[in-house]
Amino acid sequence: MTVLEVSRYRPGIDAEPVFQRYEVPDNDDWAVLDGLNYVKDSVDGTLSFRWSCRMGICGSCGMTVNGEPRLTCGTFLADYDGVVRVEPLHGFPVIRDLVVDIEPFLEKLSSVSPWLIRSGEDPASEFAQTPAQLEAYKQYSMCINCMLCYSACPVYVLDPDFLGPAAIALAQRYNLDSRDEGDRFDVLSTDEGVWGCTFVGECTSACPKHVDPAEAIQRYKLTAAVRSVLPWVRL
Amino acid sequence: MVARGAGDPLGRVVDVLIVGGGAAGLRAAIAVAEAGLECTVLSKVYPMRSHTVSAEGGAAGVIGVGDTLDEHAYDTISGGDWLCDQDAVEMFVREAPRELIQLEHWGCPWSREPDGRVAVRPFGGMRQLRTWFAADKTGFHLLHTLFQTTLKYPQISRLDEWYVTRLLVEDGRIEGVVAIDIKTGETAAVWAKAVILATGGGGKVFPFTTNAAIKTGDGMALAYRAGAPLKDMEFVQYHPTGLPFTGILITEAARAEGGWLVNKDGYRYLQDYDLGVPTDKPKLRSMELGPRDRLSQAFVGELDKGRTVETPYGHVTFLDLRHLGEERIEARIPFVRELCRSYQKLDPVTDLIPVRPVVHYMMGGVHTDIDGATPIAGLYAAGETACVSINGANRLGSNSLPECLVFGARAGLAAAEYAGTAAKPAARAVPDEPLPDGSGSGERIADLRTEMQRTLEDAAGIYRTGDDLEKAVGSLRDLRERAKKAKLDDSSTSFNTERINALELGCMLDIAETIVASALNREESRGAHQRSDFPKRDDEGFLAHSLAHQGPDGSPVVSLLPVTITRWPPGERVYGR
Amino acid sequence: MTYYTPPVDRLWWTRRRSYFVFVLREFTSVGVAWSALLLVYAAKGNEIPVWLVPINLIALAACVFHAITFLSLAPKATVVRLDGWRVPDYMIVGGNYGLWLFASLVLAWVVL
Repeated sequence: MTVLEVSRYRPGIDAEPVFQRYEVPDNDDWAVLDGLNYVKDSVDGTLSFRWSCRMGICGSCGMTVNGEPRLTCGTFLADYDGVVRVEPLHGFPVIRDLVVDIEPFLEKLSSVSPWLIRSGEDPASEFAQTPAQLEAYKQYSMCINCMLCYSACPVYVLDPDFLGPAAIALAQRYNLDSRDEGDRFDVLSTDEGVWGCTFVGECTSACPKHVDPAEAIQRYKLTAAVRSVLPWVRL
Repeated sequence: MVARGAGDPLGRVVDVLIVGGGAAGLRAAIAVAEAGLECTVLSKVYPMRSHTVSAEGGAAGVIGVGDTLDEHAYDTISGGDWLCDQDAVEMFVREAPRELIQLEHWGCPWSREPDGRVAVRPFGGMRQLRTWFAADKTGFHLLHTLFQTTLKYPQISRLDEWYVTRLLVEDGRIEGVVAIDIKTGETAAVWAKAVILATGGGGKVFPFTTNAAIKTGDGMALAYRAGAPLKDMEFVQYHPTGLPFTGILITEAARAEGGWLVNKDGYRYLQDYDLGVPTDKPKLRSMELGPRDRLSQAFVGELDKGRTVETPYGHVTFLDLRHLGEERIEARIPFVRELCRSYQKLDPVTDLIPVRPVVHYMMGGVHTDIDGATPIAGLYAAGETACVSINGANRLGSNSLPECLVFGARAGLAAAEYAGTAAKPAARAVPDEPLPDGSGSGERIADLRTEMQRTLEDAAGIYRTGDDLEKAVGSLRDLRERAKKAKLDDSSTSFNTERINALELGCMLDIAETIVASALNREESRGAHQRSDFPKRDDEGFLAHSLAHQGPDGSPVVSLLPVTITRWPPGERVYGR
Repeated sequence: MTYYTPPVDRLWWTRRRSYFVFVLREFTSVGVAWSALLLVYAAKGNEIPVWLVPINLIALAACVFHAITFLSLAPKATVVRLDGWRVPDYMIVGGNYGLWLFASLVLAWVVL
């Protein structure tokens, strides 16, 4: 048997989270999420957590596993010895048990205009984009909004107003898209934007999709710095 | 942002309420916004969590030289074993390319040719290269592009993590929905002039499925209970290549890029099932690029002949990608490699991938016309929730994403037009309905769900018989009664996921009954519906859609509706010859 | 509805090795500042007392640590693409070290 030590917070009942232990059968194929589902289905129906695709693409099931931000569908029980501690993602308000509030992220995402900005009439056919031009932003388009990077970022945890890794990476996803004509300087080049980042680099280590938000942020720092000195230059 | 709390959460009547935030729902929302009306997207998950995100292979739309709309239509109709409505298919293939280009203009990172044009790949059952793709994360990119695009429209508001419990229908006209705010547990009426259901399918009625946890057929059940019929529910698609245990999908693109299906002897067994002769390079509409129904049926043939391999999670055959080489796998199907490494602990560059057929898609759904309109005035449906029908008895891979776009847009426009002239429903108190709480004394939700899933797999799997289906009718009726007395551990309000699970189980039981009843009624074999006791297709009796209405006792009543044939009279489905 | 907001963790930088290394790196700026002040002091023709040598050695270590980590992070900020081919990180790091060495040699030639 594997012991899961799960953080519980029931609003109105618990003043702060408490840990509850559950025993789950050993199974080499089980992810942490399978363990939680076993608990939910067979032991304690009151345990609440988000999950959906269980193939690492919907971004719902981010939690803190033994102190690290992880997608629980892709983190396997067999890789841990002893008690596995499951907590909600650090750095976010907890709604209940393992469910955290991600509303602020949605607002941040909207604030960076994460859509293709283009003036003029759309042509009847596609905008041409070579594989190299696609490659220039592709990596940043892989973000699944799972929030692991925010949880890993000490700047965000200390200052929830920080725009944060995923939102900036997604802004860069459009900035670097050859089809985009937008300008996101006013949102990004602020104290709460790229200049809030102190380059800890943990967002990139935490990212399950290899987006490398740290890189996206540092690149925009360079862009913003150059533009502050030479306003007419577009990097 | 939308105020949360007691009473009407919006404090106003929305023009169009869209239930579901996947590709069809978001596309509909943009269509409504561009028509100048306001809409609200209500979904039980944040839109970017919707199951569209899991679609891998691509989206079909004619752009290549040498390809024609008629060929796409013919592939779709023959792939659907002539159960598609041909007027709908013709309209669909005409509008699909426009929608895919629209997505490109919204920023979708489609894979490209060296000269910058959009690249297309082959796909099962298609005789031309017409499947647009974004590596093998097409659905992911499509969904995020749509979601991020919706953020620029002030006319689009959202109710994230809300769950609809019933439709408000008055005198045959939609007036809104009753929904629970999952975060608070509070129930509210959301009044709307028009409602679009885009909640996806219900693969979770089966135990082994590629479908995400959220795919519980909610929209279908809501419409069905409100009096709209469900069409062609017996047609459930098994995808031939799912990973054992997890049911994770290995995209058809893996075969389109040249992957082989082999049995335990390393033999490309599809050649024994009238699907053509093996060639080194993939051949269109042949062997591994045959339609999904036929490939899944071939697996059962191998199983019967003892040429599969037994694993702890059922019998498997193998998908062989080794000869493609690391470079091609990384360039064209990197997600396949990522999934195999994470979830199957193997590398397709050097190892065979164990696969078995897995429930993937429901061809059936809420009966609509080509504008997504249901028989209830003001109620529309689009995407997998709906059955127009362009998929007939078997959907072709890469037709579902463009279906979401084409019919999402059409439903959005039609709903906007309707809402422009419809009278505002009068906001009023609606009776609360009893929600599942901790008072039941019976079985656990999960146990009932497992039993339902087993019942469906046993009776309504790849091959079916009248006897098994009869038995399942009784089992499901019994399960419906037991579900009413289910025991819930959780009686709290905030984020009570067990209560949502109980409501979802109710939806699944309803659609499970329509699947079984429609399958029992269809005494022939066509596409994904194979009756061992009626092995032949019967165009005399069943060139018709099944319509399942909810009867007075809660059980489905099935009738038939003729198929619309325009230019392609029923013929033989020929693959590999 | 009450969400639980965890208190700010004052010891966050001790929770993970990478956080600790990060904070250590931030503190090297004290060494860098010290070296700069010392340089100005020496440039005015002042003798540097012997008892400052250990402190200077620590400051030197801090400067080297700062410089090395700074340069190894450089590829994150400077992504160079030549016809779609992304210049690999080691070349960018190598280029930066080269520039550093070159600047040091020029300085040494001027000073010595």
